[in-house]
Amino acid sequence: MEHTSSTHAVEGQQHPIKIYLWIWLLLFVFSAFSYLVDYLQLQGYLRWTLILTFMMLKAGFIVAIFMHLAWERLALKLVILVPPLCLLVLIALMAIEGDYTFLTRLAAFARS
Amino acid sequence: MSDHAMTAAQPAPSPGGLEGVAADWSADKQTFPVPWGKAMMWIFLLSDTFIFTCFLTSYMNVRISTTVPWPNPSEVFALTLFGTHVPLALIAIMTMVLITSSGTMAMAVNYGYRRHRANTTALMLITAALGATFVGMQAFEWAKLIIDEGVRPWGNPMGAPQFGSAFFMITGFHGLHVSAGVVYLIVVAMRVWTGFYDRKGTYETVEIAGLYWHFVDLVWVFIFAFFYLW
Repeated sequence: MEHTSSTHAVEGQQHPIKIYLWIWLLLFVFSAFSYLVDYLQLQGYLRWTLILTFMMLKAGFIVAIFMHLAWERLALKLVILVPPLCLLVLIALMAIEGDYTFLTRLAAFARS
Repeated sequence: MSDHAMTAAQPAPSPGGLEGVAADWSADKQTFPVPWGKAMMWIFLLSDTFIFTCFLTSYMNVRISTTVPWPNPSEVFALTLFGTHVPLALIAIMTMVLITSSGTMAMAVNYGYRRHRANTTALMLITAALGATFVGMQAFEWAKLIIDEGVRPWGNPMGAPQFGSAFFMITGFHGLHVSAGVVYLIVVAMRVWTGFYDRKGTYETVEIAGLYWHFVDLVWVFIFAFFYLW
């Protein structure tokens, strides 16, 4: 296996420190922004859009850069990123179920 | 024939994209060109993703279905600092602490691969200290909620009773992950310091510990957005 020591595979992920510092700074900025959403008491669709945008940006940068997924081979990326898509189905089903329970409670337990 | 000999001796240049996926899975070799510990850590984190999503989804479900108003997290988690009322103050600080620890961990992995023992150990211990700080602040938050605000898993004075059970379950499980991570980081840091990985010939364990730690930070991103900001 000595011959592979010249390639990136054996000694793992080596990237300039600078890129980590930049991502670190970005994560701070995004966290500050998402905190500001609450601090300024933004409401309605604007609030949900901003919260979800900052959340996905932070999650994306952590997974891609800090966890080095951006530099992994596609086979590994797919194994990690595709199965969680099933969870979207669970979330959709439970949201529908929650609405149904809410309406049932209103219909059955509403005090007139 | 010589082609086969070549590929057996030097597996490095392989196609990228979907062609690469097919090649990785069908070729007569290990599928993922990463240390097995790293591949297994990814699989574990994948299963942990499912666990945390189940918690957050059940929280979403009870919050949608309750007919009682949900307590306003912005108010519940507010602190009075130096005489001013700051909403979500403690949570904002906890978020910053965890992000900082993720940054120091990323640098620790980097110094590990450069075989810089002193820096790697120091950065990992700083990461563990920040993690312990996070858990300490969480303990303070729980104490405040239980003792001062009267929040219980079965009810609270502010609104929907499910608030307590969702809060204790989700943040408790996350806090447990952080606590386990602190122990994990200290163990690996001690091994870096004693030169264990120099003798082993690879610092991949530092990166694997880093994967776990970044995942803990990642989960907090979602808890922060869905539980505290929503």
